[in-house]
Amino acid sequence: MQKLKNSFAGFWKYRYLLQNLITRDFKLKYRRSVLGVAWSVLNPLLTCLVMFLVFDSIMKGLRGEGIPNFAAFLLIGQLLFNFFRESTSMAMESVLKNAPLLRKVYIPKYIFPLEKGCFALVNCMFSFVALALVLIFTRTPVSWKTLLLALYPLVMLFFFSLGIGLVLSALYVFVRDVMHLWEVFCTLLSYASAIFYDPDMMSGVMQQIIHLNPLYWYITAFRSCVLWGEGLTVSMVVVCFLCAAISMAIGITVFRKTQDKFVLYM
Amino acid sequence: MAQVQKPIISIDHVSMRFNLAKEKHESLKEYFVALLHGGVRFDEFFALSDVSFDIMPGDFYGLIGLNGSGKSTLLKIISGVYKPSAGRVTVNGTIAPLIELGAGFDMDLTARENIYLNGTVLGYTPKYIDSKFDDIVEFSELQEFLDVPLKNYSSGMVARLAFAVATMTKPDILIADEILSVGDFLFQQKCEKRMAELMSGGTTVILVSHSIDQIERMCNKVAWLDHGHLRRNGPTAEITAEYRKFEKKDAMKAEKVEG
Repeated sequence: MQKLKNSFAGFWKYRYLLQNLITRDFKLKYRRSVLGVAWSVLNPLLTCLVMFLVFDSIMKGLRGEGIPNFAAFLLIGQLLFNFFRESTSMAMESVLKNAPLLRKVYIPKYIFPLEKGCFALVNCMFSFVALALVLIFTRTPVSWKTLLLALYPLVMLFFFSLGIGLVLSALYVFVRDVMHLWEVFCTLLSYASAIFYDPDMMSGVMQQIIHLNPLYWYITAFRSCVLWGEGLTVSMVVVCFLCAAISMAIGITVFRKTQDKFVLYM
Repeated sequence: MAQVQKPIISIDHVSMRFNLAKEKHESLKEYFVALLHGGVRFDEFFALSDVSFDIMPGDFYGLIGLNGSGKSTLLKIISGVYKPSAGRVTVNGTIAPLIELGAGFDMDLTARENIYLNGTVLGYTPKYIDSKFDDIVEFSELQEFLDVPLKNYSSGMVARLAFAVATMTKPDILIADEILSVGDFLFQQKCEKRMAELMSGGTTVILVSHSIDQIERMCNKVAWLDHGHLRRNGPTAEITAEYRKFEKKDAMKAEKVEG
């Protein structure tokens, strides 16, 4: 209990650092760009437009007919998956990138993966503006009643990604191959996350494989709240929570066990 | 009866072992290949072995020794960057590390932004930094360059800013690793003055320097490290006198080899 209290006091002391680091990332991301923050909205919008054109014309057969509001369906999948990918891959490099600092000053090291997770979340929030625009332009009926429930899968996805980010950032200090493996794995994962298709159209085996993918659950739960007005089913609540909890538990354990050795490998 | 004073830093049988990988394996494949070829070999290297001494509140402690004698390693253990492989260090107070100036700076940000970033790295609140902002600017003499990215600064300017940020508060312990060797003599004088001010406010200072003159001028106690062992520690005059002799002997040896 005392230990928990201490680590929380440590975190509290460095909350402003967290805030400052997020501001820095945000400033540097848009420095010297004419449109600045507008890119946070434009980027997902344009990417989605490209994907929409591809899947709605060239590969129409592939996505299966009859997904209503395909543009919004696609954008939700895309945004949440990007959030996951950004958060984990930025977290992975974060500890090593700050090696010059960590070699000289004592700072709790988890600050860096945590900061990248928060930064990705802020970016994701901005891109929801793009989602809102798409919803308006395509005249998609939004289910207002269940809209706020969408926060649940989003928050759970944040913790799920953070746990994975912690593991990756620790591994990356020792073995640099992790980065390449993770990139490929993310690509694989993106095809198995039901971003641009409806898994119900797949064969039974494929469906089961997709159901094993936590991201499928987060994305589907989010769609269910925003698009379909069905809210959250019990299995969605449980699966989203369990995946996040397991990921965080593993993340914290791995990170704590290895963090004292980081400095010697940077 | 005089009360027994509690040391502010107590270094208790501290050893630091590094595994020097003969070949550095930074990828899985390399690692497994090396593993097949008779294992991954590490050379052990003790940067510090069994060092113990106490630092009392208000001390101005100098650390001397040749390059590679473990001075910086000891400072990093005290400030919590390294965890010692054996022994323990107990610190009773807040530490402001001045190890290599400007470690926390982001060269793409402006001085103004960096003051806040680095201040929070050291654990200060933005409100507190606000209240010290003018002092920092004044001390570093960078009024005209506040909104210029740091990458356009000269190294002396960066050093000035870093010193001003690190000494914005009165920490219990100030750790300074050869920082006073940067900057021109005017700036060095200014830094020494600032450190003396901090001292009179009760701050304990640990200073690493290769300049024995500087150590004699500023420190009241000195620890002499030699190849990771604590060779001697105690009042400045005694230790530096002996160190000077040792330096002379070494210099003579070097001359003999040459001749």
